[in-house]
Formats: sequence, structure tokens, C-alpha cells
Amino acid sequence: MSEALTLARPRERARHSATSRVVIYGLLLFFAVVYLAPLVIMVLTSLKPLDEVTGGNMFYWPKHLTFEAWAKAWGSACVGLTCAGIKGYFWNSIKMVVPAVIISTLLGALNGYVLTKWRFPGHKLVFGMMLFACFIPFQSVLIPMATILGRIGAFGRTLEDATGSNFGLGNPIVNLVLVHVVYGLGFTTLFFRNYYEAFPTELVKAAMIDGAGFFAIFRRILLPNSTPIIIVTVIYQFTNIWNDFLFGATYAAGESSPMTVALYNIVNTSTGVIEYNVNMAAAIIAAAPTLLVYIVAGRYFVRGLMAGAVKG
Amino acid sequence: MAALDIIGLRKRFGALEILKGVDISLEKGGFLVLVGPSGCGKSTLLNSIAGLETITAGEVRIGGRVVNDLHPSQRDIAMVFQSYALYPNMSVEENIAFGMEMRGVPKAERDKAVAAAAKTLQIEHLLKRRPSQLSGGQRQRVAMGRALVRQPSIFLFDEPLSNLDAKLRVDMRIEIKRLHQTTAATIVYVTHDQIEAMTLATKIAVLKDGELQQVGTPSEIYNRPSNLFVADFMGSPAMNLLDGVVRGVNGAARVVVERGGAEPIVLPIPSSADATKLADGAKVIFGVRPEAVNDVESVDRNARAVVKFEAQVEIVEPAGADTYVVTHAAGKEMTARMRADAAVKVGQSHTFALNLDKAVLFDPDTTKRI
Repeated sequence: MSEALTLARPRERARHSATSRVVIYGLLLFFAVVYLAPLVIMVLTSLKPLDEVTGGNMFYWPKHLTFEAWAKAWGSACVGLTCAGIKGYFWNSIKMVVPAVIISTLLGALNGYVLTKWRFPGHKLVFGMMLFACFIPFQSVLIPMATILGRIGAFGRTLEDATGSNFGLGNPIVNLVLVHVVYGLGFTTLFFRNYYEAFPTELVKAAMIDGAGFFAIFRRILLPNSTPIIIVTVIYQFTNIWNDFLFGATYAAGESSPMTVALYNIVNTSTGVIEYNVNMAAAIIAAAPTLLVYIVAGRYFVRGLMAGAVKG
Repeated sequence: MAALDIIGLRKRFGALEILKGVDISLEKGGFLVLVGPSGCGKSTLLNSIAGLETITAGEVRIGGRVVNDLHPSQRDIAMVFQSYALYPNMSVEENIAFGMEMRGVPKAERDKAVAAAAKTLQIEHLLKRRPSQLSGGQRQRVAMGRALVRQPSIFLFDEPLSNLDAKLRVDMRIEIKRLHQTTAATIVYVTHDQIEAMTLATKIAVLKDGELQQVGTPSEIYNRPSNLFVADFMGSPAMNLLDGVVRGVNGAARVVVERGGAEPIVLPIPSSADATKLADGAKVIFGVRPEAVNDVESVDRNARAVVKFEAQVEIVEPAGADTYVVTHAAGKEMTARMRADAAVKVGQSHTFALNLDKAVLFDPDTTKRI
């Protein structure tokens, strides 16, 4: 009796798992379609001429495949009053994101290194306060930050009067880099501190005995063994800073605004017909870098790099 | 001039005192083993010598030079860590050469030193590999190679064998001993394994709760432990410690070990004890190593004093080369180390012979040896 039951079970389970598989994959497929549909529509729309967009169904394949909308979005679409496309703003974003990501990641790594391997009295309090920075909402820092940036700008003008150069102080892009570095520091510090917490301290001690100083240990021992967390931090910071709209709209106006603000201005234009195909192309261009970072960096997201550091 | 002097070393973490005034000195070419149970402060002591921990009070001198305020890299030491601490992003070669690179030694010279160290440790074929591609024993050798190329005045080993399996541990122990003999290096070695301590050391320092219990040669520590802790900690199986009472005084004094219903064991005062210090009726603890407890046939013929007694055999543990026989005396377990084919059976009464040449007496109140 009991034998028969145990024998029957595997077959029952097999049938059971077949149905559940259909359900699971069906659901996954459904959500994948729901999730991908907007992207498909965006790509299709951006490849159609305008009359086809306004006249036809948005799921239809383009009859006349054209890259005109892309060219226009890049080079001649109107953002506000100037009609030179989004290319200038794209470069604004690059000029803002690259330094901001590099600086905030490096400083976060340095903070994590100090907070775990060069502990000082009160290190927990300092870390707690840095963590707190992660929970401060963007909106609450807008006005204080504007005041600070104003002061820095004033100082930049004083410098310019005295030396002939403001050293970038007061430049909107530099301002945005500063804001994003300061705001991102809490997150990057958290990432690196937790990673270095598990990093074997004996390696640091061995390097000290070998005569390596504070920065030599950081550069030669810690950083080369931090690839996974560097990738995580870079993806996180790049996505956040590239996609930021609030700081960009607040601290950088007109010509110097980043991509996200320019995209908003293109889409929200109130003159003439709405060129959906151009809007879609601009939106894809705006989203492309974060997508690229995921695809490229994700491949290097490898675990187990620490294998062999300590006992195996 | 001693290679290492530790004078009145104290280390405090807040209110907690980890090291309570340690004094040790080690001659050049000596092999000092710091041994003690977990948390006794032995690793802290080693880190203090290395300069990885600051000290609260006292002095550390290496080759006569006070190094209290010197950075670890300037103390002329090299350290082998428990986890080997090989840099995972560098090849074996780069690992060994890293210290020299940091000190600005030219590349050609570095290569020569690496080649020499690799030859000594027979790891030449591994130089291009990463630490993750090495076995435990190979990593251990690389860690030793990294220490060797520095040619330091003192090598520090922090439980270097505790991550290896039993067989490899014995091999590496011999390797370290050979290294010590061929290079005449001065070594300070931390372990909690008393067999490693006995086999490697020229000098053992036993620590407990941050206090030095005894410093001496392995034979001194083993045969003349200065207190009950050292007696119990060193040696496996541990020393038999029996409660006894002194009866009679001066030349006629005896230690009597009561055994409940059975006939008491009457033992002469061991030659190691100062009999004049013993008063009639004083309580003592009588210590005798398991190998000094045997059966009548195989007791050492040259022993000057042998006492026989009857006791019931409780447990027999064959250990290959020896058989450990556990019996009871004065309410405590007593272990005898007999030859492998000793004719003992569990539950039977057996005549044991105590060789008293190396027996010791302790004062139960102060725990010190009398």
C-alpha cells in the first residue's frame, strides 16, 4: 500500500510540474511582452515617417523605413528656442556623468577602505551619518544646495577677477558633478564599506609589513580585488545620475542642461505638430547609454574573484 | 645581544587588559613558540612585536633597537599569517617580490631574490600562477617565500599550520624545522597546538589570560612545569594530577593519596620538590605524566623510585603505537600510557607501576610547583 503510494508519487509530481511549468512560462512570457511592448512601439515609431505615425496603427511595421527622425532628433530638433537637436545636451550629460561616477566611486571606495581597515574612534557614527545621507529626499536639499552653489559661483567670479580664471567654479556642469558626487557618496560608501568589511584584513597587514603605505595598499591590494563592487557601484551611479531630472532642471538651465531636461523640452514643445517619431528617437538616444552600461559592465560582473586570497 | 627583548609589555583595549606585563628575550637563531589557549593574548603579543598593534606600556627591542614607535615595515621583521594572506590579484612571483618593490629594489635584484627563495622552497614551477591556483601547502610555501626574501632579523609565524589537514601539517612542521636549521633564522611562532610547540621550539613561552606562565626549553616546560596550568596544558594526554596529603616530616615524609575504599597509594616526595617546605598534613597535588604510569613488566628499569598499586581498568584506548589505559585514583581519572600489546582488559583489576623520577608536586592553593 505504502509502496504503491511512493511509486505513484514521482509520476504525479512530473505531471504536476508540467502544468506548473506551462503556467510559469506563460506568465513570464506575458509579462515579458507587456514589458517589451513600449520599447517595440518606440523603436517602430522612430523608424516611420510622420504621416505614417499619425495615420496608421502604432503596431504596424514601417512601410517606408527611414532614419530621418533619428537624424532630426540628434541634429535639428527644437529644444526651447534653439533648433540644433539633442546632441549638445547628450554631451552635457556625458560630461556630467563620467566625472561624477568616477569621483563618487573612488571616494566611496576610499571611505569604505578607511571605515573598515583604518578604523578610528567614532567610525560607526561617521558611517551611520553617511548612511543617513541615503535617506534624504532630493527635494529637501534643493534650496540649501542652491544657496551653496550660489556661494561657490560667487567665489568663482572673485577668483576670475583676481586670476583670470574661475577654475570651473560656477559652471553648471561642474555644479551638477558636485551635487551628484555629494549625493551619491552615501550609497557608494555603503557599497564599498560592506564589501571591504568582508575583505581579509590580514592582506592589509601583510602589505603593511611589506612596506606599502595607505594609498599603495588601496591602489595595489584593495582596488584590484574590488571588481565586482566597482561594477555594481558604476552601474548604480551611472543610471542614477544619467536619469536624474530634478537636479538637472534645477541647477542647469538652457544650453547647459543635461539630456533628461532637453528630452522633456523636446517632447513638451507647444508649437507646431507633435513629431512622435522624433520624440521616440530622442527618448531612445537618451536611454541608450544606461542600456549600454548594463550590457557592457554586466558581463564583467563576476563573482569569486577573491578565491585564493585566504584559505581555500 | 639578544635578537628580541620584550620588557614589561602591556596591552589594553579600553578597560580590558590583554597583556599584563610580559618579559621575554630570545637569542639570535632561537625558535620561540608562544603557546596558550584561545584568547590568551599570544596573537596580540605577536602583532605587538610586528607593530600591527600599538602597545600600552613596555618596550619591544629587535636586535637591541627599541622599535615601539617604528612602522611594521621598518622593524626588520617578516610575518607569515594564518590565512597566508597572499595577494589574490598578483602571481606568486609578484607576491614574493611585492615587499622589495615597495622598498624600491631594482627589478633585476628582485628577480634574483625571488629565484633563490623559490629554489629553497621548491616552488620554482609555481611562480607564474595565481594564489587561487595553488593548494593549501603550496600557498603556505609561497607565504614563507615572501617572508624569506626579506632576510629579516626575525620571522613571525601566526598559527601558520592551522589551516592544513593533519598529514600536511606534519610535513610542513618538518619543513619549518628544516628551514630554521638551514638558515639559522630567529623565529617567533604562535600556536595553540602543544605538539607543534614541543617539536619546533628551542624556547617555549606559555601564556594564559595575558600572563606569562612559564618560559623555558621544551624539556623544562614538559618535565618541570611551574604551575598546574602548564602541567595540564602541555602534553597529550594531559598530566595526571592526584590530590594527596603529606604525612610525616623531613626525611620520612610521604605523600598519601587516599582512594576511598581501596588501599591508599603512598608515594615518596619527588626529587624535584623541596621537601623542607612541606608541613605534616599539608595538601598537595601530585603530578605524573601518563608515560610514567605503566604495568609492572615494562616500567623503566633505570627508574630510581617505583611505586606499585592496584586499580581497576575503566577504559582502554588503543592508539596504534601505544595503548592508553584510563583508571581511577582519588576520585580523578588517571591515564597510563602502555605499550601497544599490554595485557589489560576493561573491568579487570591491574597492577600499575608509577615511575616517580619525573613526578612533580604542586601546592593546590597557589597552583605553583613546590
